[in-house]
Amino acid sequence: MSQSKISTDKLNLYYGAKHALKDITIKIRSNTVTALIGPSGCGKSTFLRSLNRMNELTDGVRMEGKVYLDGEDIYGPKMDVTRLRKRVGMVFQQPNPFPMSIYDNIAYGPKVHGVKNKEKLDEIVERSLKQAAIWEEVENQLSKTALGLSGGQKQRLCIARALAVEPEVLLMDEPTSALDPVSTLKVEELISRLKSQYTIVIVTHNMQQAARVSDDTAFFLMGEMVEFDTTARLFVHPADKRTQEYVTGKFG
Amino acid sequence: MVRYRTDTRTRTVEKAARIIFSLCAFTAVAAVFSITIYMIANGVPAVLQAGWKEILFSSVWQPAAQEPSFGILYVILTSVVGTFLAVLLGVPIGLFTAVFLAEAAPGWLAAVIRPAVELLAGIPSVIYGVLGMMILNPFMYRLEQRIFADSWTHQFTGGANLLSAVIVLAVMILPTVISISEAALRAVPPELKASSLALGASPVETIFQVTIPAARSGILAAVVLGVGRAVGEAMAISLVSGNAVNLPLPFCSVRFLTTAIVSEMGYAGGLHRQVLFTIGLVLFVFIMMINGILSSILKGEKRQ
Ligand SMILES: Nc1ncnc2c1ncn2[C@@H]1O[C@H](COP(=O)(O)OP(=O)(O)OP(=O)(O)O)[C@@H](O)[C@H]1O
Ligand SMILES: [Mg+2]
Repeated sequence: MSQSKISTDKLNLYYGAKHALKDITIKIRSNTVTALIGPSGCGKSTFLRSLNRMNELTDGVRMEGKVYLDGEDIYGPKMDVTRLRKRVGMVFQQPNPFPMSIYDNIAYGPKVHGVKNKEKLDEIVERSLKQAAIWEEVENQLSKTALGLSGGQKQRLCIARALAVEPEVLLMDEPTSALDPVSTLKVEELISRLKSQYTIVIVTHNMQQAARVSDDTAFFLMGEMVEFDTTARLFVHPADKRTQEYVTGKFG
Repeated sequence: MVRYRTDTRTRTVEKAARIIFSLCAFTAVAAVFSITIYMIANGVPAVLQAGWKEILFSSVWQPAAQEPSFGILYVILTSVVGTFLAVLLGVPIGLFTAVFLAEAAPGWLAAVIRPAVELLAGIPSVIYGVLGMMILNPFMYRLEQRIFADSWTHQFTGGANLLSAVIVLAVMILPTVISISEAALRAVPPELKASSLALGASPVETIFQVTIPAARSGILAAVVLGVGRAVGEAMAISLVSGNAVNLPLPFCSVRFLTTAIVSEMGYAGGLHRQVLFTIGLVLFVFIMMINGILSSILKGEKRQ
């Protein structure tokens, strides 16, 4: 395997007494798409959120083990959460633009990180929207509210918003589950295109999607990572019986 | 097989219930309708008799003079200015309290503040008035003595002035503003806030730039309801505002639309009495406008 971008070492996470992640050790390769699959409640979202420290916002969460970004401990004392979240962006399940204009949605992140120059912001907005393959659709209505866009457009806008702060990693939690098939396809194409520049981790319930977009796949079950392999191998020759049952649709 | 009960008794009960529901619903509509008619019928004659300019745009209020004058301009201005200042003071405090309750307060503290706010809403307005009289007015009087120590023209009010009324009103609208804005803030989807935090924004940046804007129509509704409450309040401010018709300046005794009616309706007769109804009509129009604004805000929110 090539250079790992993110790795975890015996990551354990508890919601109060509930043991939600059990000894997760994984190496996520740079410039690849890694899919996280598994039945509902197995800890996929929890794992994803532990990679940009979003779990800290939940009361009663306790964590053990390590998460490294480029070899640096992200829970270490030297890591600044703001910087971390700039480097590790996130896209959520529900498309959720901010209640402001399309332009301001994209400019929000850069502004938070101190970009004030109007020309620079214009440039970032255009670049991000182009990267997210939505520029043509919105270039004439940048000052209009983002709430008027369609669901699929909103989600690509949210991807653009995440890209605007120039992250290195993009975490996506079921980014297409609220979208229609056409929009889903557009987002999938986008993901495939983005991986040359970014490392992407995507949670999905859709086996075909995992097979289509990802290079590696991790199968989670009840807080454990049962199997982690290249997508090609995991879907065709799973090592674990439970993986095989899941990917062939026998349960979950 | 399921057997539906279609016997006559059930049907009679259904019918009776429907009629009772309709009658009750009609009561409210009939009340609003008849109040409107009544206010117009009683408020307009004075306008016709004395002239609308003489009433609405004259500042001389001398109903008992040889040649009486019924100008209510200062009274209207007092209500407008007083309400505006009360909102200016009360809304930020209320909004920040709501933000604190919805976003920051630890559970135990919220458990202390929230009942206190509810209690505030339940306190009868006359109590606010009495407290304002006992606490606020003496304080204002001392302030007044300081500020106008060298003034020859200032009429001393004993502290019963516009500022006292504004402060009392600001406190009185707090519960409305707090509870409605808190509900609006809580209704903001958690993922929206999470998105902002995930971009590296701080919690405070997130509150001011995302959460509050996302809740703005609810917060606006809170403000409008607060305005409504302040415009309509009579008892508390009649005790602290000095009740003299004056231009609404901070240290002047003033009379509001509501307090004008309260203080004179008991003895007024003839045209004087009718002008008081006109004042009531003006108040009524204000309240209707506020309601109109509120419902258009709520409609706008639904459209989103
Ligand atoms: N805030 C929380 N407090 C307590 N328990 C939680 C919390 N969030 C998640 N859990 C529990 O942790 C486990 C993992 O949840 P998680 O949301 O990570 O699952 P998931 O794999 O993303 O599921 P889904 O596919 O339904 O999104 C579940 O059993 C869930 O009930
Ligand atoms: Mg999930």
